[in-house]
Amino acid sequence: MSLTELPLLEQFMLVLSALVLFTSFVLLAQARLISTIHAFAWQGALVAAVTTVVAATGGSGHLYFSALLTLGLKALLIPWMLHRLARRLDLERHVDALDRPVPVIMAAVALVIFAYWLVLPMVAEEMIFTRNIVAISLSVVLVGLLMMVARAQAVVQVLGFMSIENGLFLAAVSATGGMPLVVELGVAFDVLVAMILFGVFFFQIRESIDSLDVDRLRRLTETAEDDA
Amino acid sequence: MTASHWILAAVQALLYLALAPLLAGWLRKVKAWLQNRRGAPVLQPYRDLFKLMHKEVRVAHTASPVFTSAPYIVFVATWLAAATLPLLAVDLPTAAIADIIVLAGLLGLARFFLALAGMDVGTPFGGMGASREMMISTLAEPAMLMAVFTLTMTAHSTNLASVIDFQLTSDFTLRPSYLFALAALVLVALAECGRIPVDNPTTHLELTMVHEGMILEYSGRHLALMEWAAQVKLLLFGVLLVNIFFPWGIAQSFAPAALATGLGAIVLKLGVLGIFLAVGETVLAKMRLFRAPAFLNLALLLGLLGLLSYVILEVGA
Repeated sequence: MSLTELPLLEQFMLVLSALVLFTSFVLLAQARLISTIHAFAWQGALVAAVTTVVAATGGSGHLYFSALLTLGLKALLIPWMLHRLARRLDLERHVDALDRPVPVIMAAVALVIFAYWLVLPMVAEEMIFTRNIVAISLSVVLVGLLMMVARAQAVVQVLGFMSIENGLFLAAVSATGGMPLVVELGVAFDVLVAMILFGVFFFQIRESIDSLDVDRLRRLTETAEDDA
Repeated sequence: MTASHWILAAVQALLYLALAPLLAGWLRKVKAWLQNRRGAPVLQPYRDLFKLMHKEVRVAHTASPVFTSAPYIVFVATWLAAATLPLLAVDLPTAAIADIIVLAGLLGLARFFLALAGMDVGTPFGGMGASREMMISTLAEPAMLMAVFTLTMTAHSTNLASVIDFQLTSDFTLRPSYLFALAALVLVALAECGRIPVDNPTTHLELTMVHEGMILEYSGRHLALMEWAAQVKLLLFGVLLVNIFFPWGIAQSFAPAALATGLGAIVLKLGVLGIFLAVGETVLAKMRLFRAPAFLNLALLLGLLGLLSYVILEVGA
């Protein structure tokens, strides 16, 4: 099945999901904390847009509601909360670049290829166009994991975690036309609670090690200070 | 291929020379408007070229023949590269001579002699400009080829005329890979033409100039040829962007009406592109030189994502 045979709306969906993958890369490589939060907000908005298009191309009607939920929660509320946290933690001008950006980005590209390779046999029989998006959403999940490994800053790691959730949601929407509404509401609520808990943790971490760089958690504070 | 086709191809090649200063002048004019100035007339670059053509040529004592021959080589190589790119009509005989890889090669030849000329006289600015230009271009070229491969994989040809033909004959499709390729090519074009986030074409500030540093020792008609070549290169990249990604309006037959439409369409498209470029140059500030690799890495990444999204989203298994 080639791209030209698809209706325009479904082509638009593919473009949107490709942009979701791009925002994943932006999240991975962006050095400024505030810009990373904005990239996350854009990713949420794009996932919401994909959901809307899936609903418009004949998915179940409750997808409109979950698109609205995604937009409100992941594109507006959580970025706003993170923004406020960054302001209160005095991190607005925080810059935390990757040590070696090029190998990390190339690793992310390799993960995308790996995700594609994994998905190929899984969906080879069923000729639905959305199976292409499953590969994209799996790559978003894997790049989110890589982001949690490669970045040292706690707030950015939380963004990686949230983008994993975005990838899972995208997979659910594109492969099966969305989860039942109850499950979606539950997941959304979980994410919100996790966000609030992370906020509390940020303050705890900072109070104990004076920084949000979680690499410093590996050291025992007392001895490290004494040695220095 | 009849003689009339070749005449048309020659006319198109001459049009590149004629239109190039116009695009540069239009860009300057729009930039001046955005900065609340009245600006020089749109035709000013023609007058500058005319003036320089009639001025005496001064050559440094230390200059070798490379220095005096470089302007001609740079100018001809750039012009030849431009001539292979469909401007008014596809399927011209010149398009069959060279594909996009030859085009990149011709631009590379021009850049090689430009860098040699910069180093020839032995002034520090020339050498500095040449070394910076080579650094930028070694990073820009892979990104450009990545973006180009995305296009050629879709059209199954590296020939630009075939790519444009493919775009025109197939139904309108939204291709995610084209989106990435377009973004990558825009970034590469900015770097290759020495536009603002990478190099500032209007400055002679010693610490930042790249292209201006290399042509600092030139005067008279040599300088005119160098500047004209730079303008043709800008036009070349502009035409590459608008004619590949938005080919509508280009003539598919050689009827006078179709050619006139083609000319109108390309002037309109380039005018719009000039406005976008001017807005971008007004909004952005020039980057530090050592930020340029990150900028071109982004272009390379976009090109790679274009390739991947072509394979993942458009071909399928």
